[in-house]
Amino acid sequence: MTNKNSIKIVFLLLSGLILLFIIAPLAGMFLHTSLPQYKETLADAEVMSSIRLTLWASFLGTIIFGIASIPLAYILARKKFPLKSVVNGIIDLPVVIPHSAAGIAILGIVSRGSLVGQAGESIGINFVGGIAGIVVAMAFVSIPFLINAARDGFAAVPEKLEKAALNLGASPWRVFFTISLPMAKKNILSGLSMMWARGLSEFGAVIIIAYHPMITPVLIWERFTSFGLAYARPVAAVFVIVCLVVFIVMRVLSNSKSDA
Amino acid sequence: MLELNNISVSFPGFSLKNISLKVEKGDYFTVLGMSGAGKTLMLEIIAGLQRPDSGKILLNNQDITNKNIQGRRIGLVYQDLCLFPHLTVADNILYPLKNKKFSKQEKSKTLEKLAGHMEISHLLERYPKSLSGGEAQRVALARTLASNPEVLLLDEPLSNLDVKLKSELRQLLKKINLSGKTIIHVTHDYTEAATLSNKVALIENGVLIQTGCPDDVFRHPVNEFVARFRGYKNLFKCTFESGVNSQNHNIARINNEIAVLLNEKIDYHKGFIVVPEQDIILSEAMLETSALNRFKGVVKEFYQMGFGMEVIIETGVDFSVVISQESFQKMNIEKGKELWITFKASAVKTLNG
Repeated sequence: MTNKNSIKIVFLLLSGLILLFIIAPLAGMFLHTSLPQYKETLADAEVMSSIRLTLWASFLGTIIFGIASIPLAYILARKKFPLKSVVNGIIDLPVVIPHSAAGIAILGIVSRGSLVGQAGESIGINFVGGIAGIVVAMAFVSIPFLINAARDGFAAVPEKLEKAALNLGASPWRVFFTISLPMAKKNILSGLSMMWARGLSEFGAVIIIAYHPMITPVLIWERFTSFGLAYARPVAAVFVIVCLVVFIVMRVLSNSKSDA
Repeated sequence: MLELNNISVSFPGFSLKNISLKVEKGDYFTVLGMSGAGKTLMLEIIAGLQRPDSGKILLNNQDITNKNIQGRRIGLVYQDLCLFPHLTVADNILYPLKNKKFSKQEKSKTLEKLAGHMEISHLLERYPKSLSGGEAQRVALARTLASNPEVLLLDEPLSNLDVKLKSELRQLLKKINLSGKTIIHVTHDYTEAATLSNKVALIENGVLIQTGCPDDVFRHPVNEFVARFRGYKNLFKCTFESGVNSQNHNIARINNEIAVLLNEKIDYHKGFIVVPEQDIILSEAMLETSALNRFKGVVKEFYQMGFGMEVIIETGVDFSVVISQESFQKMNIEKGKELWITFKASAVKTLNG
């Protein structure tokens, strides 16, 4: 066997195993769920309401926190400042810390006795045990996906184009909205869909802040601990299918928009 | 109109030193220099993209040294054009107008006028990535002109174009200039400077060496650098001796052996001489003429040129001579053949150095 052939075989074998590692559990879950179970789950009001809540809360978190974090991504791409690498490290923190710990940390900020919690209550927003808390927890753990993608997108826009726009008489605001943002759009849309997808799957941070209203990952965990695998699996299978469909639709839409 | 007074700026490994120049309204001012001489940096300072460490920039007698980029009314066409890839040609050209309170009618009138002027009306719906180099250059010019700048800065505008497009664009640039637009054009190409400008400046290592009208600058180069830029091939380092022969002629001695007779009176000891190749006569026998400089040499090399032949004659130093194809064939020139070169003392230009 030649060296070229042996490397090809080893690489193909390992690639196949890794793909199998990802596909097998998901395929097993779908195949172990019967058609009547799918039908029953889709007719379960509690399941459907939790899926709607999960999609909505993650979407809300992505929109509010995502838009607010675009300027930070731009600054990180364009400006040089002391301790920039520390700031970049801070942005990645939510990804590396245990999400239950992230939940505890957020709870400290939004609990009823805290400044933010009290301010929220004064305008009718309850973080603990409320949708606002779920939105904050989902955004906290998923925001690095957007900031990193947007930062890379802005960094890929040649600074010369921005200067050319200024030279043509545009204000810095106009340069940002007509040159920098549209040219980084593909990365930003990809970051937004990743942020939204990551928010959907959050469990650890959300369960600490809001067990109820129940998002789907919490519902799956509750059914598993209370009734066992057979009851949790159909919910998990339906949720994964819904997420996949929505995620694919979003990617297709964002790609077609950014290619336009 | 535009004045640079003692502009200096330093970067690690490079600096512009005390750049001073004056550009009048309607001038076509070309800055000539090698790559890395500081030409682009100079344009960026004028456009406000870089701030000088010291010195002043005046536009119509107003100090604009610290004015922001968008408020300067100085349009820069970058060497790589910087067209906005996500906008159509029409939107690129209209970009400067969307800023201001122009009516839709005014915008479309300006677009139509500029596109017609630049001959790009058929490209308006296209995106920059689908344009050829010449088309993109015209779009970039149209876009900058749409901002109606007081001064148009061009960074090597002809550098990436083929010969035909170069010639077309040269005519276009001349047309823009003749319509009253003041232009500062930087390039490393002598021909561009000679054919387009009414003023030139030569820059070397961040320092302006010589400024003036092209004829003056290239006829009377102040140093070897300027002479080499002119493209003179017969440029020799030499020492000067005064009144050494019976007719009291001055002599330029090359490599301490070849003596070239001069008409000029020289008051310096070392320098350079230039013998323009078109002023040298090539012959098979020594010519009995009034020309004082006659040297015997052998053919070292010869090259085909556009309309003739360049022949290199080794006489102790290499002289480049340009002759017609007809003369080349008539003399039956081949490598190693002995020939004579003849030129007048008055044809020799001297440079201090």
